Amino acid sequence: MTPLQGCLLVSALLFAIGFAGAVTRRHAILALVGIELMLNAANLNFIAFWRYGPHPEALTGLMFVIFSIAIAAAEAAVGLALVIAIYRHYKTSNLDEVKDLKG
Amino acid sequence: MSLYFIITAIVTLLAAAAAMSLRNLVHCALAVVAALAGLAALYLQLDAEFVGFAQILVYVGAVAILIVFAILLTRSGEAPNQSVLAPGWIYGTAISVLLFTLLGWAVLNSAALPKETTAEPAVTVKDIGGLLMTKYVLPLEIIGLLLTAAMIGAVIIALKEPAKDETTGRKT
Repeated sequence: MTPLQGCLLVSALLFAIGFAGAVTRRHAILALVGIELMLNAANLNFIAFWRYGPHPEALTGLMFVIFSIAIAAAEAAVGLALVIAIYRHYKTSNLDEVKDLKG
Repeated sequence: MSLYFIITAIVTLLAAAAAMSLRNLVHCALAVVAALAGLAALYLQLDAEFVGFAQILVYVGAVAILIVFAILLTRSGEAPNQSVLAPGWIYGTAISVLLFTLLGWAVLNSAALPKETTAEPAVTVKDIGGLLMTKYVLPLEIIGLLLTAAMIGAVIIALKEPAKDETTGRKT
C-alpha cells in the first residue's frame, strides 16, 4: 500500500464515520459535527493528492484546503446560530421533534 | 507508510468514532476536538505546515468553542434519557458501511493513482502568501465577503426573537 492509498483510506473511513453520525444521531449539533467531519475528510484528500500528485509545486490542493477551511468556519457559525434559534423557538434540539414549518 | 502516520490515523479515527457514538454531548465535543487535532497532525506529516496550523487555529480553536457554546446554550449537556439514535439508524449505518467498502475497494484497486512517491515539496509561507495576493486574490476577497456576511448573519439569526404583542398577536 502506497502512502497515498493510506491517506485515501483514512479519509474514506473518516467520511463514512461522519456520514453515519450525521444521518443517525438525533441531536442537531451532532449532525453538524458529522458534516464537519465529512468536510475534513475531503480536505485530507486534497492534501494527500497535492503531496503525492505529479505537480506539488503548483500548490493547488493547498489553496483549495485553505479556502475550504474558511468556508467551513462560516458554515459552522451560521449552523450553530440556527441550532440556537431553533432551540429557542421549539425548546428542543432534537431533529425529530422539529416538524412544523410555521411555528 | 511510517509508523507515526498509522498511530496518528488510528487516534484520529477512534476519536471521530467516539464523537459520533458517545451519549453525553460534552464528551462528544471533546472527542471531536481530538479528531480535528489528529487531522492537523496528519497535515503536518504530509508537509502542509501552514494548513496544519490553520486547522489548529480554526477548528481546534474557534469551531470547538462554538460547538461547546452551542451545547451549553441549548442546555443539552446532560445525557438524554431516550435513545440518542434516530429511528431508522440501522439504514444509515448500513449505507455508510457500504460507502466505505466501495471507496476502499476503489482506492485499493485504482490504476489511476500515481505509484511513485514524489520528493518532498519545499513550500514556504511566503509562496502561499504570494499566490494568495496574485493568482488567488479574487477568491480571497470573496472569502472575506463571505466571512463578513456569515458573521452578521449568525448574529442576526441568534438574536432574541421579538416578543409577541398579546393584544394584536403581531410581532412587534
